[in-house]
Amino acid sequence: MTRVITSTSRGLWSRLGTTGLVYLALVVLLAASAVYVATRGGNLFTTANTVDLFTRSSLLGFLAIGQTLVILCRSLDLSVGYVAALSTVVAATTMAGDPSRILLGVGAALGLAALIGLANGLVVTRLRVNPFITTLGMGLIIKGYLDTNFQGPAGAIPAAFQTFGYTRIGVLPVSTLVMLVLAAAAVVFLHRTRTGYHMYAVGGDAEVARLSGVRAGVPTVTAHVLCSVMAGVAGLLLAARFGTGSATVYGNGYELEAIAAVVLGGTYLLGGRGGVAGTIAGVFILATLDTVFNVLAVDPFVKDVMRGVIVIAAVAVYARGQHSRAAVRVRFPSGGAPPPPVPDPRPQPEPEPLGGRR
Amino acid sequence: MTAAPPSGSAPPAGPPTPEAGEPLLRMRGIAKSFLGVRVLHGIDLELYPGQVHALVGENGAGKSTLMKVLAGVHRADAGTIDLAGERVSFEHPVQAQRAGVATVFQEFNLLPERTVAENVFLGREPRRRGLVDGRAMERATAELLAELDLEGIAPWAKVRSLSVAGQQVVEIVKALSHDARIISMDEPTAALADHEVEVLYRIIGRLRERGVAVLYVSHRMKEIFDLAASITVLKDGHLVETVPADDIGPAQLVRKMVGRPVSSVFPDRLEPHGDRVGEVRLSVRGGGNTQLDGIGFEVRGGEILGLGGLQGSGRTEVAHALFGIARFTRGEVAVDGERVDPRSPRRAVRAGLVLVTEDRKAQGLALNQSITANGRLVLDAVLPFGSGRRVRRLPGILSSLELVTRGGHDQEVQYLSGGNQQKVVLAKWLATEPGVIVLDEPTRGIDVGAKQAVYRLMRELAAAGAAIVLISSELPELIGMADRLVVLEDGRIAGELPGGSSEEAVMAMATGAPYEGPGMAPPTEDPRIAAVRPGSGADSGADQGSAAAGRGSAPAPDSGSAPGPVPGPGHDDGSGSPARHEEAAP
Repeated sequence: MTRVITSTSRGLWSRLGTTGLVYLALVVLLAASAVYVATRGGNLFTTANTVDLFTRSSLLGFLAIGQTLVILCRSLDLSVGYVAALSTVVAATTMAGDPSRILLGVGAALGLAALIGLANGLVVTRLRVNPFITTLGMGLIIKGYLDTNFQGPAGAIPAAFQTFGYTRIGVLPVSTLVMLVLAAAAVVFLHRTRTGYHMYAVGGDAEVARLSGVRAGVPTVTAHVLCSVMAGVAGLLLAARFGTGSATVYGNGYELEAIAAVVLGGTYLLGGRGGVAGTIAGVFILATLDTVFNVLAVDPFVKDVMRGVIVIAAVAVYARGQHSRAAVRVRFPSGGAPPPPVPDPRPQPEPEPLGGRR
Repeated sequence: MTAAPPSGSAPPAGPPTPEAGEPLLRMRGIAKSFLGVRVLHGIDLELYPGQVHALVGENGAGKSTLMKVLAGVHRADAGTIDLAGERVSFEHPVQAQRAGVATVFQEFNLLPERTVAENVFLGREPRRRGLVDGRAMERATAELLAELDLEGIAPWAKVRSLSVAGQQVVEIVKALSHDARIISMDEPTAALADHEVEVLYRIIGRLRERGVAVLYVSHRMKEIFDLAASITVLKDGHLVETVPADDIGPAQLVRKMVGRPVSSVFPDRLEPHGDRVGEVRLSVRGGGNTQLDGIGFEVRGGEILGLGGLQGSGRTEVAHALFGIARFTRGEVAVDGERVDPRSPRRAVRAGLVLVTEDRKAQGLALNQSITANGRLVLDAVLPFGSGRRVRRLPGILSSLELVTRGGHDQEVQYLSGGNQQKVVLAKWLATEPGVIVLDEPTRGIDVGAKQAVYRLMRELAAAGAAIVLISSELPELIGMADRLVVLEDGRIAGELPGGSSEEAVMAMATGAPYEGPGMAPPTEDPRIAAVRPGSGADSGADQGSAAAGRGSAPAPDSGSAPGPVPGPGHDDGSGSPARHEEAAP
């Protein structure tokens, strides 16, 4: 009987899970890169290179963690780059070089980011505007504001807060540590809170969630708020590194890189499957590639081509793991041969003539 | 499927009789309309704890609507629902669930990417110190599964990895976790294989022991008489009768389900004038794929073949296989005597076979394009060269279909009525001058006038020599239009009937109930012999099944009854064995 119900054939795929697979890919990539760099007479794991790798991963990590939550809800946030830029300006102008105003600056930047996320989430859930359009529009609004009011660097970050950008413990920068802590918090959030559960439910099938009594708007709005706040944190990191507010960082295409990291990490772009753990692996894969290309001094255009190829290839691999969601029974599974007669174990009445025989 | 005998030898269903005790649920005078169309007329229904109550009726009789009213998906326009003596009114499915009324729909409400336990407790995950307690959730799920003797399902397995039967079990466990006192199931066996049905039987037995009232919607006579203590028959939204299962047999039950007055008159057959009248234009032999087996029939020019059967019996799958959407993986299809292997709709159209799909809006039309653009869609796509002559004929075809529109032929089809949309679909296909036309529910959702136009068109096409295959859930339409009927059951051909047969005969064949009505000669042989014989022949060619099939043009009219526990040597899946066909064919 149990054979009837559970499917049996499981490959490497299902034993590892997508997340395991991404981490496996990361390890393989690191090993291969190390070997390749070594054959070219270099060393991938020098202190400088390792720090570089971690530093690259922290900024992208903040953005990608937030993006993961939103994508899990079958939404999207294209405004994160602009929110990060806005956050640098707000933090720098509020702090204005005064160490006593650090907390105020952080609070102002993150609070404003949260409000933007709330607006995004409400427009998406209440007005039912496609999230792509909602957040693109929100991004343009912020861009317009920044372009009008901040042509050059604005404000100043006190030295005490700049340490967030530069201090490190051994080879591990503080910013990366913060990113990893937030990632762990996000994992706990997704796996141990009802809102986290419901994010998967809403992203998996909003109608099923609704019919199960989930208030469908709550997880999506929460995800948008958290995503914007994470973008705000990324902005704080940028501000700490630059020492000033720079409105033009939105031009770096952070939002698309974050989405690429999320998708690379095995989160399904249409929601309901994936997680932050995979995203972190995706972030490190992209950071590793960047570092390796840097060490090898690869042409930046080739670099972009490589990254594009890898993201597309990864999603193609995940797509093979997809199953049809239609609950269609296979009546005659044999395909070419006739199905064997199934002995019916039920007490079987004598076959009666079918109606309609003439 | 073998037929169920009158309840005599079936296991006794539930000792308590309906008279015992108070009803757990009492629905009184339930009425419901959609867009002014009444689909339920004052239905009464009572459910008793520990009893299975079957709800039967034809397609569209109102069973699903009644279930959805009970589940809180729809609100009744009139009538009352009392649950354990208390008046209730469900406005949302969650309310019904909390009150202990759970429903297992045909389309599962599950998240495939989440685990069994997560699905069961969705929306009310147990928490400890503010955090979701995943262990407790899995433990509770495991307990529920154990109660049903289903330890084989792991609570941490992803629903995606389960079979359809397993997913259904998850739905039932979800219902139980709500402490459901009433569980209604909408055709729960429609998606199950025979050995999985047995598991469901056992689960239902457990539910009965727990005192759960089960409302069971099914078409299958055997299940109804195996399980149900009482049966409610609906017809066209009206309550026909509620009877104890012991007091009625399958044949009488079918009689109660059908027999509505003929509401529309079908046009007479026309004088054939085409030069291909009488030729075999479509022949299928031993066709099968994952959904079908042993499909075989012929259609001649000038003939309308009706394809009958219940929803989900494989009618649409046959149409899709012929048209190359989900093609036959065994057997062969010939159009005008030439063997074709429709791998894609493109090939099918080139071979002269077209399909008017069931879902007009999603599959038949580009809704935001003009009538003309839709009309020439196929011509431009499949016959890009030399399509000019046919394109010029389009306006003529459209006007011969009596397509009257205010905006001319540049109007977008989304603004047309259902009937006019269907005419555009028909024109699109007729422009290719097909020899074989498969029509899947061609009159669904269109008005009476347009229906008549479609009927007349079918007659004209037939008279001109086309071979037509008609699929319809409306029995009067099927019987009134078709010259011959092939009835499907569970992916196989259950048998063949002449045009003008009674609705009862068709329903009996489709549900696997015995039928001893008028116009039906009693079987002359032991059915087991009849079942074995066609398969034991050296080649199971066209006329082997003559003992069972009245008009033996189909090679496998009997295969539906064959794969049961038929004893004796030489039994090899009846005449429907496709392997035999493939050996015999070349």
